[in-house]
Amino acid sequence: MKAYSLFKKDWQSELRTRYAINALAMFILVTISVIMFSIGSEKITEYLTGGLLWVVIFFSAMSGLSRAFVSEEERGTTMTLHLIAAPSTIFSGKLIFNLLLVFLMNFVITFLFAILFNSFIIKNFTLFAIAFLFGNIGIAISSTIIAAIISKASSKGTLYPVLSFPILLPLILTLLELTKHAMDGNSISSSFVEIAVLVCYDVVMLTASYLLFDFIWEE
Amino acid sequence: MTNYTVELNNLVKYFGRRLIFDGINFSFSSRHIYGISGPNGSGKSTLVKIIANLISPTRGKVIHKNNSNEIEPFRLHNQIGFVSPYLFLYDEFTAEENLLHFSNIRGINFNKERSDYLLNELKLIDRKNDLVRGYSSGMKQRLKFIFALLHQPPLIILDEPTSNLDNPGKEKVYTLIRKEAENNLVIIASNEDSDIALCSQVIELEKFKRAN
Repeated sequence: MKAYSLFKKDWQSELRTRYAINALAMFILVTISVIMFSIGSEKITEYLTGGLLWVVIFFSAMSGLSRAFVSEEERGTTMTLHLIAAPSTIFSGKLIFNLLLVFLMNFVITFLFAILFNSFIIKNFTLFAIAFLFGNIGIAISSTIIAAIISKASSKGTLYPVLSFPILLPLILTLLELTKHAMDGNSISSSFVEIAVLVCYDVVMLTASYLLFDFIWEE
Repeated sequence: MTNYTVELNNLVKYFGRRLIFDGINFSFSSRHIYGISGPNGSGKSTLVKIIANLISPTRGKVIHKNNSNEIEPFRLHNQIGFVSPYLFLYDEFTAEENLLHFSNIRGINFNKERSDYLLNELKLIDRKNDLVRGYSSGMKQRLKFIFALLHQPPLIILDEPTSNLDNPGKEKVYTLIRKEAENNLVIIASNEDSDIALCSQVIELEKFKRAN
């Protein structure tokens, strides 16, 4: 409940300041436009479109999700949070906020891909939905803990992509594989290993994040 | 009536290789006002941050007890009211929205009656629905007092409590501090003579500069 209250505060704040939403919206718009201009009238394969989808999602996450902690640090309200909530509450609240942002962002990106790219054809929609669900959760968890780490650093802008790359790479590679399977129309049972890897990634990241957050949060 | 105590056991703080203070042993208890004084850079803010569990000491321990029961560090936030110049509230919210969010995040019911009482006492009641962004620095300082006192904490830590306040504001704050000290523990870190005059005991940080 306390975490939900923190999420509510963040969401209300976001609706008023538009720190993350504007950054994400502009990034998505610009990136998809650039991809469309570079492709031109060329025909691209289904696999390449699936790959591009996750590339756009990966870099969009870079541009918007770090705000969860960085905006608190920039406004000087980190200490205020220290004074009103336990570290686990703060991490949970920020995670709920990032989950909402990731799902919103990725729905928009996937919808734009579906209407703008003819080669974006998903034959097994359920498999894609499973990948989408667990992938988004993984991205939100990783982005939240990375945002907490970089908010304490002086060079926040450059550190976020550098730190995200090794942490998000296994997740993105698994998601690429699952998207390929969904495009081929493979069954869920034949993609069990990838789904298991995805779920394990989420569980490991969530557990590690909760264990590490106390140390990151304490000065 | 609660009996809140804070014990400082051989506190040492270094920033890098620079010694801030060394060997502070002290015991604070409810129904007193304690002062921490020293020149600029002597470590007043550092000490109150350590007491509030915002930063860790290099060595030593701070023990908070409520009626002789030791409080775990992750439960301390609801026991402490904190005012300082480096504390910021959310500019994009009104005063009342800030207080409402803080109560909810603390997991306590928003006490509108107490909120209005404090807003009235500190002359912010007419501006409670204005965004904090539009407040003067003195008004923000008064709002920080409400933030610190709303949840009725047994420990109130005030770092430079009267900075940015005009004379009537200072008088009002002094009245509130004396009233809070009737039941609670108040610690003031300041250089102002009038702030320190409220205190029954004062820690002079200059005495803790050398290694023993």
